[in-house]
Amino acid sequence: MIQLAWLIPILPLIGFLIIAFGGKKLSKSLVSIIGCGSVLAAFGLSLGIFFQLHGTSQTVKLLDWMHVGRLQIDFSFLIDPLSVLFMLIITGIGFLIHLYSTGYMKEDEKYDRFFAYLNLFVFFMLLLVMGSNYIVMFVGWEGVGLCSYLLIGFWFKNTEYNNAAKKAFIVNRIGDLGFLLGMIAIYFTYNSLNFSNVFSTVSENHLDTGALNLIGILLFIGACGKSAQIPLYTWLPDAMAGPTPVSALIHAATMVTAGVYMIARSSVIFVYAPVAMETVAIVGLITAVFAATIGLFQNDIKKVLAYSTVSQLGYMFLGLGVGAFTGGVFHVMTHAFFKALLFLCAGSVIHAMSGEQDIRKMGGLKKALPITHLTFLIGTIAISGLPPFSGFFSKDEILAHAYEHNKLYWLFGIIASMMTAFYMFRLYYLTFHGPFRGTEDQKHHLHESPKSMTIPLVILAVLAAVGGFFGIPDEHKHLLHDYLKPAFTYASAQINDAPEAFNLQEALLMIFAVIAAAASIFAAWYLYKKKNMVPIANESDLPELQRLVYHKYYVDEFYNAIIRKPMDWISDKGYKFIEIRFIDAIVNGMGTMVKWSGSVVRLAQSGNIGFYMFAMTLAIIVMLLVKLF
Amino acid sequence: MEITKIMFGVLSFIAILSAVLVIFSKNPVYSVLYLIVTFFAIAGHYILLNAQFLAVVHIIVYAGAIMVLFLFVIMMLNLNKDTEPHNPAWVQIIAVIAGGIMMVTLVGALKVADTSMAKTHDTQIGLVGNLGKVLFTDFLIPFELSSILFLAAMVGAVMIGKKAIH
Amino acid sequence: MSAIQSVPLNWYVTLSAVLFGLGVLGVLFRRNAIIILMCVELMLNAVNLLLVAFSAHHSDPNAQVFVFFIMAVAAAEVAIGLAILMMIYRNSKTTDIDFLNKLKH
Repeated sequence: MIQLAWLIPILPLIGFLIIAFGGKKLSKSLVSIIGCGSVLAAFGLSLGIFFQLHGTSQTVKLLDWMHVGRLQIDFSFLIDPLSVLFMLIITGIGFLIHLYSTGYMKEDEKYDRFFAYLNLFVFFMLLLVMGSNYIVMFVGWEGVGLCSYLLIGFWFKNTEYNNAAKKAFIVNRIGDLGFLLGMIAIYFTYNSLNFSNVFSTVSENHLDTGALNLIGILLFIGACGKSAQIPLYTWLPDAMAGPTPVSALIHAATMVTAGVYMIARSSVIFVYAPVAMETVAIVGLITAVFAATIGLFQNDIKKVLAYSTVSQLGYMFLGLGVGAFTGGVFHVMTHAFFKALLFLCAGSVIHAMSGEQDIRKMGGLKKALPITHLTFLIGTIAISGLPPFSGFFSKDEILAHAYEHNKLYWLFGIIASMMTAFYMFRLYYLTFHGPFRGTEDQKHHLHESPKSMTIPLVILAVLAAVGGFFGIPDEHKHLLHDYLKPAFTYASAQINDAPEAFNLQEALLMIFAVIAAAASIFAAWYLYKKKNMVPIANESDLPELQRLVYHKYYVDEFYNAIIRKPMDWISDKGYKFIEIRFIDAIVNGMGTMVKWSGSVVRLAQSGNIGFYMFAMTLAIIVMLLVKLF
Repeated sequence: MEITKIMFGVLSFIAILSAVLVIFSKNPVYSVLYLIVTFFAIAGHYILLNAQFLAVVHIIVYAGAIMVLFLFVIMMLNLNKDTEPHNPAWVQIIAVIAGGIMMVTLVGALKVADTSMAKTHDTQIGLVGNLGKVLFTDFLIPFELSSILFLAAMVGAVMIGKKAIH
Repeated sequence: MSAIQSVPLNWYVTLSAVLFGLGVLGVLFRRNAIIILMCVELMLNAVNLLLVAFSAHHSDPNAQVFVFFIMAVAAAEVAIGLAILMMIYRNSKTTDIDFLNKLKH
């Protein structure tokens, strides 16, 4: 079965090809079956491989790709616990979201295009996590960036959505530059891009810390672009312009975790590059806190979730940066569960509210949307880190390692966690409790979503609830850590990423975190349920500091001024001077010169025979003279 | 001064003088007549070089046939001094200069030719018998082909000159 | 008889060059098509003379045969040329070459 691993990405690719080329002729139900079916089949295969793996690490080669001199790159897949875990997440949650989309996008006329893009995205994402060398990973990396662009700008008739899509792609590309440079540095230092070669070499001979630091930082820049860390995070909130299933799949569960995967995979490089690893931790921490502050004041349901995603990603990088590789990956898994759940619930709410996304116009949806309400509540509790739901365990592991590493990190992690709990419950209360603040039309239209949408919600809610039990901290048995151990063999030589023993310090940390979260939830309940406070409708009435945060610290405007305006100026001047004066002049000038010389030579064609004979004579004289001399 | 050199000088003088008069005379008929004089002078040169056959052929073909043809045409077109078109003066000057340069260039170009005598020296090659022998052995095919050439020329001239049949 | 070779070859070269130059001059000088054809004949004759002179000096009969053929071809060419000229005269009532400018663009 493991040898069939190459089928796993190919199945969604086939689905994409069929739908893309035959979509117009196929019925909607057939498109749904093909789209969901291919991902389901991939999930089945991944499950089979999962049970057969037994902790080994194998390479499945698809084809010889580039063999040029010393450069040997194959198109092959690495099947080891880490990649299989990600494969399961991608295909499993991918399938649920495909199922959800059959309901959510039912009325859309470009239904087949949507499923084609979704399948294509799953294909590329699988390539990313299954690649056995950096090049295949990069192919998947770029491919998911492309699909992200296509899907964000899915409703392309709206210019703003197109701009958001372009922004996502361009900011991604800036990060990709870092990734490329990192790959070049790796090749330069280790003459190979295969994971097995590079990692074994690094673990044996890890003296050139300078090179390793450089590689680590460059790779991390790539991760920043893809996983929306500071300073390349601005695309993610804007990416909410895409349909909600897209936000759930790409911008919550899978694509944004690609950066985490990359760094987890390259763990051995980072453990021997302390500067790079510290950078990862610090940037992750700052992002977590920063994004959480912005999320406190947003009024669009999807924007809150977007900033929450950025913040949780920061958490994951913090985990990686302090050495909790298993913890970071664990958080990827639990975050995929509850964030996808939250986004799909948001989609359900938006669907019921006939497209309204502003929470100031919602309220009291508890009665109208019972399933959505319950699953959303489960997701919110999970993200806030309350036991026994999954978020608690993963966050706790990260915080424990952070405490070991640097108490200050732990403190800021707790602060971010408190803010997370606060704004998530704020969102919950404003959406589902209190009086209904929307229009009469919307009130009439309120209805629970169809089964195709609620079934995935329920499944994800169950996973979000019990998913944490993979990682109960215990010195003797930590399921996920044991499972992932082969993937981190090299790294564990240097750093102990094992979960902490369940001792007093650990217990105290856990209790403190729970109390902090509970306190935030109480504050949210007090403000938004008891006192029924509603955020101010008019932004300009906000006090100064709140307005600064509400406008996202004006980061976008800052980028515009610093980067876009100079580039516009340069390209404008370039056009005026270089393009018009030089290049156009040269090209047009050539044309003009040919015409002019033609008109000159044409004068010789006077038709006058006497002149012709004279010219002949002259030519003969010249020839004779040339011959003579 | 030998007699041949004097003869050469006289014949050359006549040839060049009449050639100049061909160009510069206003009446076309006079031009033709002067050209005939030129041809005779050149025939005299041929005899001086003992190319007898060629001298006679030259007179028969050129002076006897070609020039007569020219005269016929001129008579038919009724050209005389009044109908003769003139070039403007600047064209004439340019023409003279060009012609002069051509002359000088040719003289210079041909000066580098090898003018040494041959080792074997046969002065009788210009006689009819000898030339005929060469013509009918080495150059038989061109000889026959030239008859076809004349056939083509005849047919062509008749075809071109026909009045269109309506 | 060595009398033939007493005239140096260079003199014949010069004579021929002068006649040829005069032919060129005539072609450029006159505007009547018939006169131009005659000057072309003059040029041909200059060349013939040169060939015969070389032939006599080098005792090579091939050159004289060549002259023979040049005369043949010249005769044919004159016939055709005059026929063409007649047609042109019939069409445009003149033999002035300035009126034969249909080759203009």
